[in-house]
Amino acid sequence: MDAVFDNLDLFWSGYLRSLGICLWAMAGSLVLGTLIAACRVSPVPALRWFGTSWVTLVRNCPLTVVLFMIAFGIPELGINASYYVFGVAALVLYTSAFVCEAIRSGINAVPVGQAEAARAIGLTFTQNLSQVIMPQALRTCIPPLGSVIIAMFKNSAVLGAFGVAGDLWGVGKRLSSAQGYDALPVFIGVAIGYLCITLPAAAVLAYLERKVAIAR
Amino acid sequence: MRFRRTKAVVVGVSLALAMAACGGDDKDSGPEVKSDIDFESGTTMAEIADRGTVTIGTKFDQPGFGLRNLKGEPEGFDVEVGKIIAGALGIPAEDITWKETPSDVREQVIENGDVDFVIATYTINDERKKRITFAGPYYVAGQQLMVRSDDDKIKDLEDLKDPKVRVCSVTGSTPSETIRDFLANERQLTLFDVYDKCASALKNGQTDVVTTDNVILAGFVSESDGDFKLVGDQFTEEPYGIGIKKGDVDFCEFINETLEANEDSYNEAWSSTAGKIEGTSPAQLPDADSCS
Repeated sequence: MDAVFDNLDLFWSGYLRSLGICLWAMAGSLVLGTLIAACRVSPVPALRWFGTSWVTLVRNCPLTVVLFMIAFGIPELGINASYYVFGVAALVLYTSAFVCEAIRSGINAVPVGQAEAARAIGLTFTQNLSQVIMPQALRTCIPPLGSVIIAMFKNSAVLGAFGVAGDLWGVGKRLSSAQGYDALPVFIGVAIGYLCITLPAAAVLAYLERKVAIAR
Repeated sequence: MRFRRTKAVVVGVSLALAMAACGGDDKDSGPEVKSDIDFESGTTMAEIADRGTVTIGTKFDQPGFGLRNLKGEPEGFDVEVGKIIAGALGIPAEDITWKETPSDVREQVIENGDVDFVIATYTINDERKKRITFAGPYYVAGQQLMVRSDDDKIKDLEDLKDPKVRVCSVTGSTPSETIRDFLANERQLTLFDVYDKCASALKNGQTDVVTTDNVILAGFVSESDGDFKLVGDQFTEEPYGIGIKKGDVDFCEFINETLEANEDSYNEAWSSTAGKIEGTSPAQLPDADSCS
């Protein structure tokens, strides 16, 4: 375990970097996923088509492929950014498809009568969605949404193999191979680091679920 | 019938004589193949010379050093040095059997006796010396920098102190650790799992420098169609040795003496292979380590 305790500062910096990636990617994918979910249930056919294609294309591609397309493809078009930005963008893009499906499942779970009643009293589609359907849908979709977000936190380790230096995974690789340390304690340290990101997130989700249950 | 056969023999012999006579002058024929050899019986040299063939392990995927070309023939500096040693054993290049030996099986094939020796960008270190014996070193590789050919801002290590310069290497590799000392901050570093991603990143402008051992970089330069070049000096030392069976001191000394006696062929081997790549420093035969 010396490998871990001698290098706590490295683990700490790796933790902060991974946490940063996760929080940016979470914020981005929630916003983008919600927008795409709105497209998928929109009355406008073109938007519905766009939403459905997005989900089909992105959800059925491995994350690594999406990552490659962005990090190696975009620069070929002459657009340069750091691998940190590209990495977060890929995570957002990829996760948005799953977020969208989680939200859509929530929307579909709202009884049709609710939307019909809202339409009957003269609410527009946007009002209907934001004031009647979404508040109810969010309650049902919190558990699946939570799983999606936590899965994304774990997926963020892939970025370490992808040029984003100094994240938790990168710290583990560096300590285990470059300095001849034992892999087991090092990667236990890395695992604990990821747990320190995912467990609080899971706790927040559990709290939200309880709140929703009371509201019902 | 009898007459014809005799004639054939005469023609054959005179052809052979003609070829032998020309052999010494012809530059393309490769290193000298000794004919007046006399090895003490029981030595590895005698065994190989009697057999008339030699099996050499090398890499098939390391341009400039050991690469199997499209015709299926190995080429590169390691291959040429292998031919020099074979020549000293009286074995011409066409009687050499080349066996592909990737990094992780090199000790194994030597121990198994699958090859007579291995010459494959093989860094001498204590860990490996426990299992095999190294002749040489025949070359000292070292970490170096590779940049885009049109980049004239980055010329050596000092230029990496600029925090805007981005550097790429491989996760967990020794070069990636070494280079940290020369950077202004760690954010400059991009790490991938393999070097060809770094090469892509260099090509599309996502990084400015790729760093690792010069021989790997030289390979990328030679494949890059003029897009990449090496800059600065080598700043670490990786001595490359020739791997043989553990404890075969006679063979080890023979190889060291052969290299020393054939410095011209050695220099020729370098300049016709890896030495062609822009930015490689001239090879200089290092002093051999003592054999054990």
